[in-house]
Amino acid sequence: MSSEGGHSWARAFRYTFVRDLRLRIRHGSEWGSPLIFFALIVTLFPLATTPDRTVLVTFAPGILWVAALLAVLLSLDALFREDHDDGTLEQMLLSPVPAWLLVLAKMCAHWVMAGLPLALMSPVLGLMLALPSSVFWVTALSLALGSATLILIGAIGAALTVGVRRGGLLLALMILPLYIPVLIFGAGVVRLALDGVDVTPYLAILGAMFAAALALSPWASAAALRLAHSG
Amino acid sequence: MWQWIHKWASPKHFYRVSTRGAPWLWGLALILLPVGALWGLAFAPADYQQHDSFRIIYVHVPSAMLAESCFALMAVCAVVFLVWKIKLADIVAKVAAPFGASMTFAALFSGAVWGIPTWGTWWVWDARLTSMLILLFLYFGIIALRYAFAREHSGGRAAAVLSLVGVVNLPIIKYSVEWWNTLHQTASFSLTKAPSMPESMWVPLLLMMLGAYALFGAVVLSRTRNEILRREHRARWVRALITDTCDKEH
Repeated sequence: MSSEGGHSWARAFRYTFVRDLRLRIRHGSEWGSPLIFFALIVTLFPLATTPDRTVLVTFAPGILWVAALLAVLLSLDALFREDHDDGTLEQMLLSPVPAWLLVLAKMCAHWVMAGLPLALMSPVLGLMLALPSSVFWVTALSLALGSATLILIGAIGAALTVGVRRGGLLLALMILPLYIPVLIFGAGVVRLALDGVDVTPYLAILGAMFAAALALSPWASAAALRLAHSG
Repeated sequence: MWQWIHKWASPKHFYRVSTRGAPWLWGLALILLPVGALWGLAFAPADYQQHDSFRIIYVHVPSAMLAESCFALMAVCAVVFLVWKIKLADIVAKVAAPFGASMTFAALFSGAVWGIPTWGTWWVWDARLTSMLILLFLYFGIIALRYAFAREHSGGRAAAVLSLVGVVNLPIIKYSVEWWNTLHQTASFSLTKAPSMPESMWVPLLLMMLGAYALFGAVVLSRTRNEILRREHRARWVRALITDTCDKEH
């Protein structure tokens, strides 16, 4: 019985994950927009401050991280909104499979479409910010790990505001304070790499934050979705 | 046990019982705060290093403690409200939030004023200061989230979830001065150790802290009572209460 239950859980996870991926890929603008936004924000900084490469490189970790953080924040609306509007989310909550599992599947799909591309794109933008190529892989790694944490934390906020009209600004207000620790250590990883220091302590803290968020967020988001649906 | 809790959770019973408690708390706050303030600001000896500027401690420490205690209270209320669906807990969480936000602001502001004579700057990006600033933003987020919902009940539950998530910030604030090497000093007061300052300095501080907690209790209690009346204004006992008061006045 239990093995059969485990089997159906894995299947439900896989179906939700694949379904979300498929839906995202078919809506090109939905996964393209955060990436373009990421590139645009990064472009603004050299134009607003200075194109001087020596100055720019000191700001590069912060600029990349803030821009990626804002891109993740803007993408969060897509996480639950559409499924909420057409009633799919309600069916998911009613299904015998635990809601946290389906929410986790949705988060994973979201990371593949909105978190991982940011990390993959970071070397190109790092090049524009005069970042030396030796720190590219650390930057991408910190963004890949960090964006997963950001999505996990942000999902709680997205779930809470799913029933609120024009919840975008409210979502930013709620979630940005919680993003600050991730930002500090994420940008810290890149800065340490720039200084040529061992980055593992900061990466470990970033990983610890990811582990804590992974343990708590699916459960909290599912609870928040239930609250939004029960009235 | 459960009956006792349910009795206390009923707004009507709480309102009746707290009628006598609220004036006491207000009285306690109104005695302790002026005595502590006068003692601390006028009679306590000046610090040998910071001279008179150290007196800001009598405002700074109580407001910072309240800022954190208030958030802890909101988190406890959030659990009670989400798990046992006790509406009174939601009311307390609602009225505590603006008070906590103002105390956080008071702590940040008094700290900035104190920073000028001691550190030579209004603001540094130190771990303690930054985590307090995050606390202020969390308060704002919780208040904004509550009012974003058309239905009071939904807003209350959303705010409860967010305050539970935000509670991770409290230990960070508490230990920020120990985990990171920062400009902000470590705690000068604790339950387990003797205070690191002379009696003439810490007694007024203790009075201010007790007074601040009394004020906290008084404000939350009084505002809870008002909120109970507002939410239950259709209930029979509230109407009876109003007609009674009107009868007495005429």
